Amino acid sequence: MTRVDVRKTYKLFIGGEFPRSESGHSYEVTDARGRFVANAALASRKDARDAVSAARKAFPGWSGRTAYNRGQVVYRIAEVMEDRRPQFVEALRQGEGRSAAAAGKELDASIDRLVWYAGWADKLTQVVGNANPVAGPFFNLSTPEPTGVVAVLAPQESSLLGLVSVLAPVIVSGNTVIVTASADRPLPAVTFAEVLATSDVPGGVVNILTGSLDRTAATLASHMDVNAIDLTGLAGDPDQATALEVEAAANLKRVRRAPVAEPDWGDDPGLDRMTAVLETKTVWHPIGV
Amino acid sequence: MVSTGSTSGANVFEYAPAPESRSIVDIKPSYGLFVNGEFVDGHGRSFKTISPSTEEVLADVAEADVGDVDLAVKAARRAHSRVWGRMPGKERAKYLFRIARIIQERGRELAVLESIDNGKPIKETRDVDVPIAAAHFFYYAGWADKLEYSGHGTESLGVAGQVIPWNFPLLMLSWKIAPALACGNTVVLKPAETTPLTALLFAEICQQADLPPGVVNIITGAGDTGRALVSHPDVDKVAFTGSTEVGRAIAKSVAGTDKRVTLELGGKAANIVFDDAPLDQAVEGIVNGIFFNQGHVCCAGSRLLVQESVADEVLARLKRRMATLRVGDPLDKNTDVGAINSAEQLAKIRELSAIGEQEGAERWSAPCELPDHGFWFAPTIFTGVTQAHRIAREEIFGPVLSVLTFRTPAEAIEKANNTPYGLSAGVWTDKGSRILKMANALRAGVVWANTFNKFDPTSPFGGYKESGYGREGGRHGLEGYLK
Repeated sequence: MTRVDVRKTYKLFIGGEFPRSESGHSYEVTDARGRFVANAALASRKDARDAVSAARKAFPGWSGRTAYNRGQVVYRIAEVMEDRRPQFVEALRQGEGRSAAAAGKELDASIDRLVWYAGWADKLTQVVGNANPVAGPFFNLSTPEPTGVVAVLAPQESSLLGLVSVLAPVIVSGNTVIVTASADRPLPAVTFAEVLATSDVPGGVVNILTGSLDRTAATLASHMDVNAIDLTGLAGDPDQATALEVEAAANLKRVRRAPVAEPDWGDDPGLDRMTAVLETKTVWHPIGV
Repeated sequence: MVSTGSTSGANVFEYAPAPESRSIVDIKPSYGLFVNGEFVDGHGRSFKTISPSTEEVLADVAEADVGDVDLAVKAARRAHSRVWGRMPGKERAKYLFRIARIIQERGRELAVLESIDNGKPIKETRDVDVPIAAAHFFYYAGWADKLEYSGHGTESLGVAGQVIPWNFPLLMLSWKIAPALACGNTVVLKPAETTPLTALLFAEICQQADLPPGVVNIITGAGDTGRALVSHPDVDKVAFTGSTEVGRAIAKSVAGTDKRVTLELGGKAANIVFDDAPLDQAVEGIVNGIFFNQGHVCCAGSRLLVQESVADEVLARLKRRMATLRVGDPLDKNTDVGAINSAEQLAKIRELSAIGEQEGAERWSAPCELPDHGFWFAPTIFTGVTQAHRIAREEIFGPVLSVLTFRTPAEAIEKANNTPYGLSAGVWTDKGSRILKMANALRAGVVWANTFNKFDPTSPFGGYKESGYGREGGRHGLEGYLK
């Protein structure tokens, strides 16, 4: 008699825990050919608000870590991902319809991207900050700081490399984040959440919501305790992106606008995804005896 | 009008008036718009600019309507694509150096004109506004041919639409125009409707410098003109300094466009005094923090957080010092505190101060005689203020200080950050490690430790949270004007 397999329940990731949606709703996730794969949690507005609370609570601790420590924590994510290769490859084959080889390459690129960003943690300050030679007897230094709680609408197509490419640059500098996963391809994000939970990332630093953006995006865009929002997941949907940018003006969030089309995530990322969620703080002190 | 020395006590010096002559300025009866290198008529309803210290009408100023804004943007576009955007950086630099020099050469004239139109003391326009404005042009001139080393690229954005406030008219103009031009952009700038005169004099300076027509366009008007400018479809970049409310409206209006935006908005800065601070220096810092420029400063230290153990001592010294502030004629070289910029702003300051009393805070104003004409408000402090009071939460933008106390550094941090704003903060203590701890913990774009209200063209300025985004000044200030 063949063994009946044990299937996984795919849940949200909020505050380091895996709750179902408080709404009790779920939705069907299918593979690239439209066959049923699993039921995933359909995040609600309340889930989005809970995720913001968790991210805010985690912010002082995470931003207060040393840059060296944050770099190691992000690097550790890459290590644990490497450990879960078969699971990610399977998820990418199912969700994105890739061959095993292509899925493997996508995973390699995702892990490498994390490693690349991990190394930035303790270099960013030196590259984007500087001393200022003011015309007077003052010490004057400008340094970058994380902007706070950031909402990221992750790309819809690239469900792992895209996800990692928008998430890592936000957390590496000390921000905490609420990410909405690709609505149709959420499973790599849930598996990624399981990686986070078993690595050294403190609970609440990364919160992952699955489901339709219609339910969560407006809540995140208008939330008064979110400091910045990245609309990348709305690539090619200018109407919705504009509506959210208007909502985001309520508390003058930093907005990263949606591109016309999803970029090629294999390209050199550059600094701008990191600098978009940084503030510059300038400190003055008199020089004298 | 005569400067009124304080009449409060025996220890106060009396000063004879020392007025700066206004003969150096030549205010014309009426002003047009500066478009494509020439002064032209506006098609809106003209308005009057007055001296807030006397209510004297100074000039009739054109209002740019939608059509005028369009002409100005077209002139800027032409100048960008045909001349300025292609000019080698080293040549652009020389125009900016020229402008810096002319501002220095005509510094006295600019200072007097600014004091007349704005109401701020000549001491301040002469020593702060005008020299720092010139320094901004000098600083950014040098960047024009060095952009490849900036870390922000070398490509200009195009046409910048810039809207500036009335509190530092010429200085804010320089913060906006100098980096924009250095990066190869052209500019349409709208000064505030109550303080257009130095911007219009700056237009003459552009002519004297032989700046190519259309590189700088100055259009005057009020909110409608500003809205027409920032929403113009051919503007690539919007730079605004002003209220958070208007900043929010701008952020909404540019949604869905490709426009780049920098916003420098309101603030409610905490100025934190610890018990080990050198108290006399701290008191000077408190006074400078809130009474500099009549408190019309977005980064003003409008919330004094003083450690409980020295609160009585600090307040006693503060009141003593406030009693020596000379409030009066902006052109008198002795004057410390000038006129409130407009009747509208005065009404707002009075309203919030009345609310402060109604909500139970205790009001104390420096004993000083205020002139009969013009808009005046005596330097004022409120004690017994709690975080729930509106005067502790809302930007008053006037010479009104709300005093709160704290016991521990953690409480000071908590209270200082308990605001949707995050523009600036001050810390006064003799302990180095405490300064650095506080500087790290304060969520604000500028932290002044054992000093306050210091500005420099090399030093980035701008806020966290609802105080806006982007930085002006320094290498960071280039980012908002490059692709």
